[in-house]
Amino acid sequence: MDADIIDKLAGIEPGSALDMIRKRRPVAREQAQASYRALFAPENADEVSMTERFAVAVFVAGLHGGDAGIAAHYAAGLTISGASAELRAAIDGAIEAAKGQGPYGSYPAGPLSREDVAGPAHRVAAGTRQALGPRLAAVFDHVHLLVFHPRDAAPAALGALLDTGWSTTGIVTLSQIVAFLSFQIRVVAGLRALAGAN
Amino acid sequence: MPDTILEPPPHTAPAVFTRALLDWLPWLEPLAIDALTERHMKALIDAARAKSAYFRLLARDPDALRARTLTDKDIFYNPDAGLPRAERELAAAATSRFNGCIYCASVHSRFAATYSKREDDVQRLLDEGVAADLDERWNAIVAAAVALSTTPITFGSLHVERLRQAGLDDLAIADVIHAAAFFNWANRLMLSLGEPTST
Repeated sequence: MDADIIDKLAGIEPGSALDMIRKRRPVAREQAQASYRALFAPENADEVSMTERFAVAVFVAGLHGGDAGIAAHYAAGLTISGASAELRAAIDGAIEAAKGQGPYGSYPAGPLSREDVAGPAHRVAAGTRQALGPRLAAVFDHVHLLVFHPRDAAPAALGALLDTGWSTTGIVTLSQIVAFLSFQIRVVAGLRALAGAN
Repeated sequence: MPDTILEPPPHTAPAVFTRALLDWLPWLEPLAIDALTERHMKALIDAARAKSAYFRLLARDPDALRARTLTDKDIFYNPDAGLPRAERELAAAATSRFNGCIYCASVHSRFAATYSKREDDVQRLLDEGVAADLDERWNAIVAAAVALSTTPITFGSLHVERLRQAGLDDLAIADVIHAAAFFNWANRLMLSLGEPTST
């Protein structure tokens, strides 16, 4: 957990040009790492278990596609958390079924409606729901919304999480995990592109 | 009692992207002000944020909130070279415009307009969207923020080259990347845990 995760995922070597650039924003670098620690090595995992945290991360990374190294990193964490082979296979199936392109979604009715972009509200398939269990299946439905069409968010989406036993605090942590990974994955992709363009 | 969804009070939802001051109504119960411990206050960073329902809701995971906020501040406020503050805010506003976060776009378009003194260009970004023609340097920054915000991500070496042609050095380009990436974090929290209201 102590090695800088963005450096690892973006392949940034000590002394490289990108290392020097990251050193110019030392607090952002240190606190992006602290965010990762807070979410993936928390002091207290009562509301969201370690397996649930890494399951969500593998799903988010999979939906983003692209860099296989990021998905592999979180898949390793999932295995270490004690996830069964059955659960891991169910997550892989859920990713394949949920892939898409974002952002899309609707605005409140009015002048912005002309910018509405139609797209699916995804629901994890019945067989996969069973393998994931109701708590994680409900979360995956919500993760798809957050990743691909966050402007379609509505109170009912949170209600579906509360109905499967998630607490308000658990939903805050889950939302942070998805939102943080949306940041981390983009920083890694962006810095890789910057290094590659030299 | 099990946790429940909050019913927002009657309010006027903004119907367009705007630089006007908006408020935000949570869909889940924030921590009560008098329930905030020293750890929560440390997570809020600025004591004044205890007044914000958004930050008191995020304070339910104090370690994540604290690290999020410190990351945010260094990306946008670190004065050491790189991209001028106005253009870090432009990248934040463009990301929010593209993802559809009316609240985040209002805050960061105000900052972009204030620091750049280009109110008309910022307003065109809000009115016309991310295809608005601003000038080549701003168009390049907006296009980079958009390419970073798509899923899957479409940002690549052509965007880097265009930013360089527009005069950005690599530290400035890294600032564009971090500003846009950070708003993919912020937009998702703002959009999914509550809703904006006109004040």
